[in-house]
Amino acid sequence: MHRHLLSVDDLSREDIERILGRAERLAEVSGREIKKVPTLRGRTVINLFYEASTRTSSSFELAAKRLSADLVSVKSSGSAVDKGESLKDTVQTLSAYDPAAIVIRSPQAGAAALVARWTRASVINAGDGKHEHPTQALLDLYTLKRRAGSLEGLKLWIVGDVLHSRVARSNILAFTRMGCEVTVCGPPTLIPRGIEALGCRVRYTLGELGDADAVYALRMQRERMTGSFVPSLREYAAQYQIDGRRLGPGQLLMHPGPVNRGVELAAEVIDSPQALITEQVESGVVVRMAVLYELLAGGGAPSAVRAPAETGEPQPA
Amino acid sequence: MTPTPAPQNGSKTPAIELDRGPAPSATVLVRGARLLDPRTGLDGKADLLVRDGRIAEIGDGLEAPEGAELIEAHGLHALPAFVDPHVHLRTPGREDEEDIDSGTRAAAAGGFCAILAQPNTEPAVDSAPVLRSLRERARAEARIPTGFLAAITVGRRGEQLTEMAELAAVGAVGFTDDGSPVESAGVMRQALQYQRLAGLPLALHEEDPSLSGAGVMHEGPMSALLGLTGIPSVSESTMVARDCALAAYEEGRIHVQHLSARESIEVIARAKAAGTRVTCEATPHHLLLTDEAVRSLDTNTKMNPPLRAEADRRALIEGLRSGAIDCVATDHAPHAREEKEEPFELAPMGVTGLETAFAALFTGLVLPGVIDLELLVTRMTAGGEPFGIAAPALAPGRAANLCLVDLDADWDVGEAGYESRSANCAFDGRRLTGRVRMTIADGAVAYRERSFALGAVA
Repeated sequence: MHRHLLSVDDLSREDIERILGRAERLAEVSGREIKKVPTLRGRTVINLFYEASTRTSSSFELAAKRLSADLVSVKSSGSAVDKGESLKDTVQTLSAYDPAAIVIRSPQAGAAALVARWTRASVINAGDGKHEHPTQALLDLYTLKRRAGSLEGLKLWIVGDVLHSRVARSNILAFTRMGCEVTVCGPPTLIPRGIEALGCRVRYTLGELGDADAVYALRMQRERMTGSFVPSLREYAAQYQIDGRRLGPGQLLMHPGPVNRGVELAAEVIDSPQALITEQVESGVVVRMAVLYELLAGGGAPSAVRAPAETGEPQPA
Repeated sequence: MTPTPAPQNGSKTPAIELDRGPAPSATVLVRGARLLDPRTGLDGKADLLVRDGRIAEIGDGLEAPEGAELIEAHGLHALPAFVDPHVHLRTPGREDEEDIDSGTRAAAAGGFCAILAQPNTEPAVDSAPVLRSLRERARAEARIPTGFLAAITVGRRGEQLTEMAELAAVGAVGFTDDGSPVESAGVMRQALQYQRLAGLPLALHEEDPSLSGAGVMHEGPMSALLGLTGIPSVSESTMVARDCALAAYEEGRIHVQHLSARESIEVIARAKAAGTRVTCEATPHHLLLTDEAVRSLDTNTKMNPPLRAEADRRALIEGLRSGAIDCVATDHAPHAREEKEEPFELAPMGVTGLETAFAALFTGLVLPGVIDLELLVTRMTAGGEPFGIAAPALAPGRAANLCLVDLDADWDVGEAGYESRSANCAFDGRRLTGRVRMTIADGAVAYRERSFALGAVA
């Protein structure tokens, strides 16, 4: 495995299986009354968030704390970032605290890869622009695998605004790597030209949705409506909303949250037993624990004796 | 440089004047180089004598006159020096990125004997006083003859024409809003009509902003993979088609800048065949790189127009061969280091290229046998022709515009720094073959590689 987690593309199938296996073992910790293991005691994890985030930032915080790491959270508002400090200067400043890992969320594609050039810490991409969100893909794999048993040969439909979705991109790469057949579906204005190159099929209507084993609805951002990508929310919902009539009884439903009720999903399916949405949130913590564990303490090296200095020089991403 | 009469829209033919700083006329004997000039048919080993800045004699066993510098050039090629119609000197306004001295030094180091500077400065070159002051500075600082284009519209805002007649009289070599398109077809048509009075070519940055939008790279599978907003090829080709149609209708003369898309070349080839007076240029980075290079998110692969697909690149090369593309232009666009050290989407568009243009194209196209050296030299020396500036020639009686290049020398781009004040080179870190050792521009030595030993003064 690489020293950083910047893209799903960096992960082999074996890497993914190792992380998912680690998450299963760590899930046991989450079931205890005292949900802590000493794995990362004395090591520092920095959460650097340039975008608003609830579930990703809080689950990374919980994951670091449950592994006994010291945690620093830096949000763009109220920090030096707000005062015009460049990403490079911020990263070099934070790196002076000798963190073991920097978790970065940025509105710009490639930001995590840039950070990896400027620090000795392991860098975890918690979302970079419309590019990737690899830990979301890992927790989605974990969640679906727990429910479905195996991922091999599963048919996944990703429905909605694929153009602006880093979740879609990471999930197309991750699910195809694990042997799933991925179809993306949405308004033609919101399907990027050339997306088939990632290994998925493209459909513009839900006509064949019945083929899917699992349906992954994407968040439809209201601000996209102003760019005339779709004529109206009403027309979008009429064409692409997953509701009780469209979702078959054997099909599972996923969503990265937060949900726009009545837009991409109808209320009846959100609250149905087929929906894995709450389980996705639960999985977020254990999968992010597993990622921190594998990057910082995994690879066969006993964590207690591996000093930060031995993690090697910064490498170009 | 020698102006040539070029066909003009209308009757006025202003004399083309380029500016350079004071430089002594050279008297130099270049001994034993292989002289190559596709235009004169010259190809063979001979001596070349430059006396008082002019090519005096070409032949075997020439003797150096008294006071001449002797250059032993065995193993080197002597080529007519190159002309770049598309350089950003960033002056006035961003002298931290480039100034006239550093930009023309970079050009000379790349084997160029003349460049044309673009007017998208701060302020833009859109009035006679700005142009006059720039020309004055160039007459003090420029290492090689430098021409200045003026803006088509005031502030390059695409609304109101500049005082083109006065700007032409003050010495503009052409007009362009480069960096931005002339978005309105109506304004573009008026500029072409007014060309009958102002009499200089319009150089056009072709882009429909309603199609390119907030795009940062070529639209295709790579932009889909990277999650970056794409700039579709049609944002360029539809504007090229519009302006070829307008130029034909108004019988005007246009020069299309930095062509990137296959569809655009097809449009231009058709327009040329129909007799429209259109010329165009292509850059080394578009001829050598594709959007695959953007995968690394290296901001030195970000420019406008963007690196496109392999089919586009091949079409550009075919255009060089067929003549659909008239000349090579670098679109040398320096940017400050801190601006390029931002995430890809935030970094400014543009790359430097003066110092690497010849070596990059020689390495990427000539060595693998895609095109021959003669064609490369022809297209790299033709950059002034669309603006009425004759291509340099290795011929007795002509002003000395030549460069000495070592086609066997390998070098790593950027390893020894740059003459330019900026380092955002598209080929930074690459190993190239072909090194310019010396450049003589308009009769004066403009560049000499530091390690290139001087011969004895006879």
